[in-house]
Amino acid sequence: MNDSRVEKWLLAGPPMLFMLALFAVPGAIMLVASFRYPGEFGGLAPLNGLAQGFTLETYRFFFSDFIYTEVFIKSVAMATLTTLFCLLLAYPLALVIARSPKRDALVLLVILPFASNFLIRVYAWMILLGPQSALSEMCNAVLRWFGAHPVELLFSPFAVLVAMVYAHLPFMVLPLYANLIRHDRLLLDAAQDLGASAWQRFWRVTFPLSLPGVYSGSALVFIPALGMFVIPEILGGTKDMLIGNLIKEQFLVTRDWPFGATLAIMLTLAVMLIAWLAGKAGGRHA
Amino acid sequence: MALLEIRNVTRRFGGFAALEDVSLSIEAGEFFTLLGPSGCGKTTLLRMIAGFETPDAGSILLDGRDLAGIPPEKRPIHTVFQNYALFPHMTAFDNIAFPLKMANLPKHEIRQRAKQALSDVKLSDKANAYPKDLSGGQQQRVALARGLINRPRLLLLDESLAALDAKLREEMQIELINLQRDLGITFVFVTHAQDEALALSHRIAVLNCGRVEQVDFPSRIYGFPKNRFVAGFVGHISQIEAEVKESTHGHLRLMAKGIEIIAPPARNAVAGDRGVFAIRPEQVRIGHEELADLRNHFFGTVESLLYQGDVSEYKVRLENGAMLEVLLPNTGRGFRVSDVVRIGWRHDAGMYLHE
Repeated sequence: MNDSRVEKWLLAGPPMLFMLALFAVPGAIMLVASFRYPGEFGGLAPLNGLAQGFTLETYRFFFSDFIYTEVFIKSVAMATLTTLFCLLLAYPLALVIARSPKRDALVLLVILPFASNFLIRVYAWMILLGPQSALSEMCNAVLRWFGAHPVELLFSPFAVLVAMVYAHLPFMVLPLYANLIRHDRLLLDAAQDLGASAWQRFWRVTFPLSLPGVYSGSALVFIPALGMFVIPEILGGTKDMLIGNLIKEQFLVTRDWPFGATLAIMLTLAVMLIAWLAGKAGGRHA
Repeated sequence: MALLEIRNVTRRFGGFAALEDVSLSIEAGEFFTLLGPSGCGKTTLLRMIAGFETPDAGSILLDGRDLAGIPPEKRPIHTVFQNYALFPHMTAFDNIAFPLKMANLPKHEIRQRAKQALSDVKLSDKANAYPKDLSGGQQQRVALARGLINRPRLLLLDESLAALDAKLREEMQIELINLQRDLGITFVFVTHAQDEALALSHRIAVLNCGRVEQVDFPSRIYGFPKNRFVAGFVGHISQIEAEVKESTHGHLRLMAKGIEIIAPPARNAVAGDRGVFAIRPEQVRIGHEELADLRNHFFGTVESLLYQGDVSEYKVRLENGAMLEVLLPNTGRGFRVSDVVRIGWRHDAGMYLHE
């Protein structure tokens, strides 16, 4: 082995070991667990030789009841809405920051919320959306004025969506900003010079050139949003279970590990499928 | 009436005057060049014509109509930018069709005209290529076609040939001349390259420090520069400080550090004036034999020479210490450094410049 190969292994070795130990191995454990039987008191049933120890039972069970597919669809819908609202809010913000002379300070403000704990910020939403909160009271005052029934903001899909958008917004702003900052101002001058109105300049030049940023921001929001269980757990009602909660439930409450593992594998497959489809769509523009 | 009228335009950035009371008038069908060193205000003026800058004072009129308040997208003026500013996410075809799409022309007309424009610039086979896959010259041609496709009243070219290498630049110069002549569209070209300005333009405006120094035909800019700046900026020229001893309508008698020079008459020059005698390198003769037919002849020493293949450029120090540039075709025997040579020029060569 020559020096440069030693160097490469020294550089790539530790992170590869890290990924192997904390990603590949647990992934493999989950995959194996999904084909096993549940133990009597949780965990996995003891292995009685290869023939009896493995089964497709959990997968059959997953597809036997539409309720699980429904949770998946609901989760995908929630993640899609989260991504969409993040995009709608983040795009103008990223554009303003990228064109501002104070952009460094503004980017700092975007990442500032990370300085406080994620759980604390989610609990803060509980207070903000609670029945006694100014927001709730204002909202219901307006509703009463129109003669409508008052509503509860907390423990609803609305509360989950608001907090999901809030929590994921920086992950949309940053890649969009990183893309928009690289745009050549001269292209906008050229478009204007050639007869493009402000609206046309945006849709014909800025937006198409920002698509790589839109794709990576959407992936960074959609994928974690799909598996998110903390926010629906704290802010969602008991009826609005998402896939993340369902998986957590299998491991910690129902103690059906193989089924939990199956759900996790299905989620992973769903994410990979969506990422692959998005990659195919995005590849045309890259 | 001129196509484009620039009237007393002034523009200041802070305390710095980018343009100071500039007036120019450009005729329809002209190839007009704004020539000057960087920072002379030529790009500012171009951006004002395009509509990206507004004058602090003065006005710009197109076909007699004041352009003030009309945004760039509403002006029948297009620009070919220095680095072309082609849209990287669009093919050559879509780049060229862009102005037509912005004008909301019917689809079939856009297709047909963009196809025609592509073939006009000999890029029919590159219709679906993206700018990054085109060579510099091809990008240049796409930018030109894009700027010309909806027949603007005026095409502005901002240092448009600067990014090309020397050989390609020469080819593009010829293409540009032909294109402008065939289309009859008025071109306003901005450059700091004096050779390019001389080769391309019908008329040139030489700008310096925000002011117009001279507006004239290329041959007059080169042959009869109005002042020392224009003389020095356009082409090579030797300048020797001189005092006017005698001024008649036939000639000037100048005294330059102890040597007498006979020069062509200059307007307003009177005995006692101090200025410079300036002469182009190709007007100076150099030899070993006597140059008796010339009114001005001196001895000099070759200080340096630059061999350039077709010609050699000599720097010769005269007896009085003045340095002269001499251009000599490499047809016969040349000279070597520290050769003592005879130097001379005709009495009607060179010029006296007062300022």
